[in-house]
Amino acid sequence: MGFFKLFRNEDRSPEGSAVGQSGDRATRHSSGLGELTKLISGKESLTILDLGPTSPQNISLLTGLGHRVYNEDVLLASFDPAYTSASEDGTKQIKVAEFLRENLSHNGQKFDVVLGWDIPDYLHEGLVKPSVERLAGIMKPGGVLLAFFHTKDAGPDAPYFRYHIAGKDSLSLQRGPQFRLQRVFNNRHIENLFKDFSNIKFFLARDNVREVLVIR
Amino acid sequence: MWKSPKPDERPTANTSVPVTNPPEIKKEFRPMEPVKSADSFRADVAHIGKSVLVKGELSGSEDLYLDGEVEGSIDLQEHNLTIGPHGRVRANVKAKDVIVHGKVDGNIQGTDRVELKRSAVLVGDISTQRIVIEDGAFFKGAIDIKKEAKPAVKAEAPKTFAAAASFNDQPTFTPQS
Repeated sequence: MGFFKLFRNEDRSPEGSAVGQSGDRATRHSSGLGELTKLISGKESLTILDLGPTSPQNISLLTGLGHRVYNEDVLLASFDPAYTSASEDGTKQIKVAEFLRENLSHNGQKFDVVLGWDIPDYLHEGLVKPSVERLAGIMKPGGVLLAFFHTKDAGPDAPYFRYHIAGKDSLSLQRGPQFRLQRVFNNRHIENLFKDFSNIKFFLARDNVREVLVIR
Repeated sequence: MWKSPKPDERPTANTSVPVTNPPEIKKEFRPMEPVKSADSFRADVAHIGKSVLVKGELSGSEDLYLDGEVEGSIDLQEHNLTIGPHGRVRANVKAKDVIVHGKVDGNIQGTDRVELKRSAVLVGDISTQRIVIEDGAFFKGAIDIKKEAKPAVKAEAPKTFAAAASFNDQPTFTPQS
């Protein structure tokens, strides 16, 4: 997992800055979302898991289309002190088993769509691979996962955004809590991360972000 | 709702500042304005204050404003429940309209509507016909929207209504064919 580290930063505290939480939003095109929209068009009663912060807009829109929506802010949950412990040398250790016992656990529920946004870039390194493996386990065959990954040009101070679906292929970005970018994946890392999935498609997006659509 | 001042805010006996016996009303300390609605003050709305802890089954046939703590279950059938900002609920909730300002750990079944205010924290599933979530609310769980029961005799809607329905400020999400 060491190769994931490019912008490793142990100071992951969400506290400290509330900059950007004013609600100002910017809208941008999303090819990945557009492709996802095509894939699920005409389908009803899909089970959709949104891993981002609670978005009234996403919930309203997706439930309005007749889908069942699950919301789970995985990144925020990962900062729960209950999931960390200090090792002998003083470094923080993440309790992966405890985290997965209480998160990404849906009592056998399988999902058609997972909105992962750019959470893997901000998640504690010890949680990235286990969380993706768990996602593979809770998705239906043929299920679709949408994820974003920053490119190296984004830099370590790339702000964390909340993503709201604004249209069939457009997203509204709202500055969220001041999480720090933990690493940058290259294409090969992303392919390895989703090795349990059947297909992966890359889209180059604006804002130094690659969009990825992964088929279970 | 009237509260006596906290002990540390009461004038001490050995203070050197003379107290000029201000009117009693001016001594009140109100750190937080309670969430008010017109319904909150109706005579037929039961009120559970923030110092009240209820363990067990809570049921009733009138609207309820709950600012205290409940562990167990809440069943108001065809009546409304408002969980105030101090409300702490560890229970499955069933009511007609459910408005949440406080914290809920349990499933909410609102036969008509569920509303999560910006201060709401809900860990549990929602089942309702209509949902309103304010930006800032925390929600972990599933949302199941129950379709409204259609009337037996359905009048044909004028075409002008259909045209008007397509013009709203909601984001469009029309799948491509």
